[in-house]
Amino acid sequence: MGSYILRRVLQMIPVFLGATFLIFLMVYTLPGDPIAAMYGDKAADPAQVASLRHRFYLDQPLWKQYLHYMNNILHLDFGTSFTGRSVSSIMADAFPVTIRMALIAFFFEIVVGLPLGVLSGLKRGSVADTLVLLLTLLVISIPVFVLGYIAQTVFATNLGWVTPTVQDSTDITQLLLPGAVLAALSLAYVARLTRTSIGENLRADYIRTATAKGLPRRTVITRHLLRNSLIPVVTFLGTDLGALMGGAIVTEGIFNVKGVGNILYRAIGQKEGPTVVGIVTVLVIVYLVASLLVDLLYAVLDPRIRYA
Amino acid sequence: MPSATRVRRAVIGATSVALVATGCGSSGSSGSGGSTDAAKTFSYQSSEPQNPLQPANANETGGGRILQNLFKGLADYDPSNAQLRMQVAESIDTSDSQTFNVTLKTGWTFHDGTPVKAANFVNAWNWAATTANNQINSSWFADIQGYQDVHPASGASTATTMSGLTVTDDTHFTIKLNGKVSYFPYKLGYIAFSPLPDAFFNDPAGYGQKPVGNGPYQFVSWDHNTQVVTKSYPGYMGVDKPKNGGVVFKMYTTAEAAYADLQSNNLDVIDQVPPSALATYKSDLGDRAIDSPQGAIQNIGFTLYQPEWQGANTAKVRQGLSMAIDRNTITKTVLQGSRTPATAWTAEGVEGYKSGTCGNFCNFDPAQAKQLITEGGGVPGGSLKITYNADGGHKEWVDAVCNSIRQNTGVDCVGDPKADFKTAREAITGHTINGAFRTGWVQDYPLNANFLADVYKTGAAGNDFGYSSPQFDQLANEADAAPSIQDSATGYQKAEAVLAQDFPAIPLWYYRTNSGYSTNVKNVTFDSFGNPAWTQVEVNG
Repeated sequence: MGSYILRRVLQMIPVFLGATFLIFLMVYTLPGDPIAAMYGDKAADPAQVASLRHRFYLDQPLWKQYLHYMNNILHLDFGTSFTGRSVSSIMADAFPVTIRMALIAFFFEIVVGLPLGVLSGLKRGSVADTLVLLLTLLVISIPVFVLGYIAQTVFATNLGWVTPTVQDSTDITQLLLPGAVLAALSLAYVARLTRTSIGENLRADYIRTATAKGLPRRTVITRHLLRNSLIPVVTFLGTDLGALMGGAIVTEGIFNVKGVGNILYRAIGQKEGPTVVGIVTVLVIVYLVASLLVDLLYAVLDPRIRYA
Repeated sequence: MPSATRVRRAVIGATSVALVATGCGSSGSSGSGGSTDAAKTFSYQSSEPQNPLQPANANETGGGRILQNLFKGLADYDPSNAQLRMQVAESIDTSDSQTFNVTLKTGWTFHDGTPVKAANFVNAWNWAATTANNQINSSWFADIQGYQDVHPASGASTATTMSGLTVTDDTHFTIKLNGKVSYFPYKLGYIAFSPLPDAFFNDPAGYGQKPVGNGPYQFVSWDHNTQVVTKSYPGYMGVDKPKNGGVVFKMYTTAEAAYADLQSNNLDVIDQVPPSALATYKSDLGDRAIDSPQGAIQNIGFTLYQPEWQGANTAKVRQGLSMAIDRNTITKTVLQGSRTPATAWTAEGVEGYKSGTCGNFCNFDPAQAKQLITEGGGVPGGSLKITYNADGGHKEWVDAVCNSIRQNTGVDCVGDPKADFKTAREAITGHTINGAFRTGWVQDYPLNANFLADVYKTGAAGNDFGYSSPQFDQLANEADAAPSIQDSATGYQKAEAVLAQDFPAIPLWYYRTNSGYSTNVKNVTFDSFGNPAWTQVEVNG
């Protein structure tokens, strides 16, 4: 197990370098000049542009810029945004908000999605099963921005339970609604995935054996059925946590949440290289760690999977 | 005009058109009863500033509108008529339209208590114009003598001060320009010309996060990406003393989110309603809806640098195309009343604006349109392509304009979308397009010269048409050398008349501010820059 973890961690290094390099390449070679973008629809003054380029290290060849950037990152310096703030402090403001919202969404997925899936998986063909299938299909087919606006209209404008947008992004109670909207799609997938997995395993030999041994139904389900059925679900949840962190641009926009998606959206629009690459680098790390955890969880869930 | 003049599309200013929205029943202090509290603040929709908060470093609305409240320059623009109004300056006099003598009022102070002196202006301008200080608005100082020394076309500066600026004493200084620009004081209303306190020069970077100005509001805090809080400055000496306690600029990523907050009174004043609410906002907000003119115009320009578009005959073709466009219907339907049909090349509400300069050529008349196009020898190449940027919401109206041209004249017309604004600009300035393109102009300052000199003079930075008319240039130069701003404005009206003969661009429509406010505030009016008259907003008690 120990050597497996070590190997996995070592594997993460080339993945990390490759991913950041690709992102860097994409951000810095995309058509459109970040300095010209600062001028908006105005003609830029060539002398000033040259001076600004020099200031942001953009007058160097690309490989030098990359080495410069990676060297800074090794010293935990993510650079400075055009607003004169360090990218580290920008991220320190935004990540906690997004992590909170992602955890709320994650919580909804597990607390609502899993039981729904288990319920409909165990009672295939029942009214409850049909209802779950219909509901999840509905959620999957509605784009998240439509869902967001519906939630905003119903709960804020019509019912007045909450304010239409989040007034204080650090207040966890205000993040509940955007968190639920963010969770909706994945929640539907979790429910359907669980349902299918349970349905398959219900017919498995070891369940028949366990039942034949005379074990109580409750024990059969929790100890044997769930444990094995959760493997694909855990895989999904693990990668989904990464997606929740980075993919909240739409939801954060609708509810004006000051998280990573919000910052990323603005930074991409302004071609603010340091901010974009910095945030995405952290997101890559989140993904890597999440997938490592998923792999380790396999061993816990299924004793047959062992890492030599 | 000095050749260094650049395309400037200012987003800031301080005009406020007293004219209150059409479609709003009542406004002003006669609003829906109740007392107001001059100590209370109101919130305004904003976006995170792109640059540190330094006056010469903001050319986008996010930072611009905040700075405009923290600083006040020599002059700004009168709310009632868009004319120049003295603020820190007692007077700005000239006898030759080239040397300007500035006299300051006494008693003005920065928010740190230090007095506003002539040197504060001169030092600030010199600093902002110097290349090494990396200020985005540095080219605004290009008119001033000695600009080339602090800001050479390339390479390092040879000086740190401009020879055209001379401080006489604490309340007097002179500005000498490279050439005659009678309306130069109009430019001084731009935020880049603000004074800076002595403390600024010790730590410009730190200052950009915590600015100290001399304007109606003083800086309180900048909670990045969330809000910038200001409060009214009791020592403010301007003619527009705040009637409220301050402005809280709340950052929004989407206009939809801001509009939703406005409807539930979590936000007091917004910029512009989102396109999705254009059709309903007047019924949503009732007499709190705002619909007022902006100093901005949308045109279709032509590639006059191509031989087939040159000559007097092709002007007839362009006039004919203009007459084939049904501006009334398009502005009402496709643009949902967010624009007003244009009748001139200068936007309405701007000093020197004269309606009807375009004459009959801006009236919809299919029969006359066909005849003119035939007389002009038809559209070169037999079909017309209108290049535009697909990221700016232009597709709908470009298609509508093309339909209008096709149906009424039989000329084959198609839109030619480019992915985004930069790509479209590159194609237009690189002369790689053929025929026609979408273009527009947003005022830098509310004066007709800005819509004409900077766009249609030979070689002007905004002249993407390759238009060159000796007659227009001569009239413009005469207007620049005129003894007063009034004469200059009238002179430019003569120059504008030349455009009706040559028709380098088809004026389409003027922009409007479609906005609204919450039930917490009243007396909200918008100026021709699309900004509210900040200090005049009253907050209910």
